[in-house]
Amino acid sequence: METNICSLVVDDSRVIRTIVGRALKELGFKAEEAGNGREALEHLQKGLSPAIVMIDWNMPELNGLELVQAVRTNAAWNDVRLIMITSENELERVQTALDAGADEYIMKPFTKEMIQDKLNLLGVPIPGPAPAI
Amino acid sequence: MISAPVTLEREEFHFIRDFVYRTAAIVIDEDKHYLVEYRLAPLIEREGMPSFRHLVSELKQPSSGPLRSRVVDAITTNETSFFRDSRPFEILRRIILPQLIEHRRYSRTLHFFFGGCSSGQEPYSIAMLLRNHFPEIDDWNIRLTATDISGEMVRRAREGLFTQFEVNRGLPARLLVRYFERAGIHWRICESIRRMVDFQEINLTRPLNLGKDVDIFFLRNVLIYFDQTERCRLLAQARDVLRPDGCLMLGAAETTVFSNDFFIPLPVEFSNLFYLKGTPSPFHLPPAEPHQ
Repeated sequence: METNICSLVVDDSRVIRTIVGRALKELGFKAEEAGNGREALEHLQKGLSPAIVMIDWNMPELNGLELVQAVRTNAAWNDVRLIMITSENELERVQTALDAGADEYIMKPFTKEMIQDKLNLLGVPIPGPAPAI
Repeated sequence: MISAPVTLEREEFHFIRDFVYRTAAIVIDEDKHYLVEYRLAPLIEREGMPSFRHLVSELKQPSSGPLRSRVVDAITTNETSFFRDSRPFEILRRIILPQLIEHRRYSRTLHFFFGGCSSGQEPYSIAMLLRNHFPEIDDWNIRLTATDISGEMVRRAREGLFTQFEVNRGLPARLLVRYFERAGIHWRICESIRRMVDFQEINLTRPLNLGKDVDIFFLRNVLIYFDQTERCRLLAQARDVLRPDGCLMLGAAETTVFSNDFFIPLPVEFSNLFYLKGTPSPFHLPPAEPHQ
């Protein structure tokens, strides 16, 4: 079941965007996509209002960390929950992302259940047919 | 060497089913043939046995103690994750623990008991929650007694080593940063959290050697593996070791099915908490939130 609650998947790999997007759709979100941080910012500036943004770290033009920093400088996007979803799995990287304003962090490889767990932790309502509780 | 497929015949399944019930009081339904086969096939391979028939034959030997333990280990379900289901932990943090800490401000002691703790994520979640949100009780006498029937699980839990997959499930990233360190491809929970938990290999169907001093008895997703008689015995044990103002926490799927003579559900949605019948509700509850 897909609803109007929007999510944005930011990754330069189309395959990963598709996989993350499919997981979010199964959880009931509408999933928009962006190929890098700059494209994601353009979506937001044009008025896209996602509840969550799933962000890869290493991307051309504007990387995931820079995207997080850019989003967090605009108070209008304070309510948007930012989740890093990346193969960067060093503790320092997790700390850096949190310090920059990311709300959660998932290390690849990931499963739909991991995304679901993180959304539950952040109190993001899951609109789909199979919420965790 | 090419190994032939190992299949579990019906009579062997029945033997193992009875054996697990006699040993651990765990009920395996008739339709779980595939599950037993799936869980025991790796064990048979590890033990170098040619078939399930051989396993059954070995289990019948009086000297098969260690093998019996390994079979029970393999059969018991070890599904767990940090902050599993998240909402009960949120309710503990916001509503229950602040009041419980206030109730214990003179004795300055807390005792939490965990039945069926598997690889330790649940007691470690509570330990992190206490340390992270309630620094005022850092110098209290806090006991977290965590038990499992599986010696292998207890050993793993004591070690405090988790895979990346495990720390990705349900653990807030801020707690990962604060309480874990990398250990090769694994993640190790820090010593200050690890030593808060006392892990013990205990069969819950045997009497618990505990005083009546438990504040919260965690028995999440355990009752579902027992029959009605054993469930009653387990709940009676929980009743007998809880303080009068203590409470019991069950799993999300167990709250309505296992209503019983000893406990009353605390009317907080998703808390899965129960208090002792015949006592006043130990906690003041906030007004119910409107449904979103």
